[in-house]
Amino acid sequence: MTNVIEQLGAWAVKSVQEMGRMLLFVLSAFAWLARPPFRFHQIMKQLHFIGYRSTFVVVLTAGFTGMVLALQGYYSLRKFGSEGLLGSAVALSMIRELGPVLAALMVTARAGSAMTAEIGIMRITEQIDALDTMAINPRQYLIAPKLVAGVIGVPLLVALFDVVGIYGGSLVGVDLLGVSKGAYWNSVESAVEWKDVYGGILKSISFGLIISWVCCYKGFYTRQSAEGLGSATTEAVVLSSVLILVGDYILTSLLL
Amino acid sequence: MIRLVGVEKKFADQPVLQGVDLTIPVGKLTTIIGGSGSGKSVLLKHMIGLLQPDRGEIWIDDVEISRLSGTRLNDVRKRFAMLFQGAALFDSLSVFENVAFPLREKLRMKGLEVGRRVEEKLEEVGLAGMGHKFPAELSGGMRKRAGLARALVMEPEIILFDEPTTGLDPLLAKSIHDLIVAMQRRFGFTAVMVSHEIPEIFAISDWVAMLRKGKIVLMATAAEFQRTTDPEIQEFISVGGTVALPGSLVG
Repeated sequence: MTNVIEQLGAWAVKSVQEMGRMLLFVLSAFAWLARPPFRFHQIMKQLHFIGYRSTFVVVLTAGFTGMVLALQGYYSLRKFGSEGLLGSAVALSMIRELGPVLAALMVTARAGSAMTAEIGIMRITEQIDALDTMAINPRQYLIAPKLVAGVIGVPLLVALFDVVGIYGGSLVGVDLLGVSKGAYWNSVESAVEWKDVYGGILKSISFGLIISWVCCYKGFYTRQSAEGLGSATTEAVVLSSVLILVGDYILTSLLL
Repeated sequence: MIRLVGVEKKFADQPVLQGVDLTIPVGKLTTIIGGSGSGKSVLLKHMIGLLQPDRGEIWIDDVEISRLSGTRLNDVRKRFAMLFQGAALFDSLSVFENVAFPLREKLRMKGLEVGRRVEEKLEEVGLAGMGHKFPAELSGGMRKRAGLARALVMEPEIILFDEPTTGLDPLLAKSIHDLIVAMQRRFGFTAVMVSHEIPEIFAISDWVAMLRKGKIVLMATAAEFQRTTDPEIQEFISVGGTVALPGSLVG
């Protein structure tokens, strides 16, 4: 019994220490961001990596999500003779929930895991130590641009996800299932309010921060082995995904 | 001058350094030897603030760096360069960009001046015309040379070498040693090298220090070091730093 309590205590202490270290990590990266030299080129490079290079996978996911949503929505709404509301159902689901969550999960899988692996390899091969010895702070040079790119890039991808998803819904609803084009787009326009868009933007900014924060942290503190790098990448993807889903629930309950 | 006073360091309750006292002479090449896992690289990393001691002091001239961080530590590090075991080149950058990196990022230098200084250093280390290659395309020896060019380009006062010849064949190892000595003699920087290459290091070093059981057990000029009567040190240097076989297994 004492052993179990001891283990639980040790786990709790370790978890609190880990959370504290994560918080200090992100705070120090933001603090270094405010100090010169400002590396706009690094931020643009990371935006290209996180944002532009995730475009294809985001468009693909968004298109099929919108299409399947329209398909499911159409058969549910038809039971009540409300097919005309299909546009609002697709648009609200996309803008409020599916856009931010699915786009963030796709970015985690594509860019987040790569971020952890890249920083982890730099740690193992002493490239991060090399930056330190050159009096270049790795948090300023490596981490801060990725945090900024996550916060800017993910909301842009979410906006793209929403638009493509709504068009995907129109493709199935209007072109294949015969819902009136006017009714579809009219219900989109009348149902979506600024509050919905604002909520989606807030979520996507938070998710962008979560992805780059967790993935950079896990890479930065990778254990010095190939196995350590593998588990760091897995942990980064799992933790980011879980935090996105938990964060989504918390933000939704605050916004409603 | 680098001066370590009573430096102690543990990793997960495993003591590595147990009271290291060491003074590195200015403008000389000092080599630290010791068995595998004796903490030589750990000691080197303390000198540049990559690791902080649990106890003790590390002085770089009149600045005690063991508790420094942030910009104050970076100010001290500007006087240093380090050549890592695997060279630690940035693999997403070409050799030219690697060597130019500290000039561009630290000195905010641009244009032709960067090109001139980088080409000059590449030529000095025997990599003229190799600037366009990426680290993955280089052999082990070439990577070390590129790492040395990057270390030299900022013209530092102190360069730390962490086992610069590990993984190289004897001829390549000799060429890297010769290069380090030539550069040290030419530019006069303070060099601290961690190495296993016995007896070669006695021919190139001004001073040799031996780390054993977490302490510096002997520091002397290369010639005096070889004349030591300490049986354990004699055994270590006579078998080239390898572990001797027990008497029953010999033959």
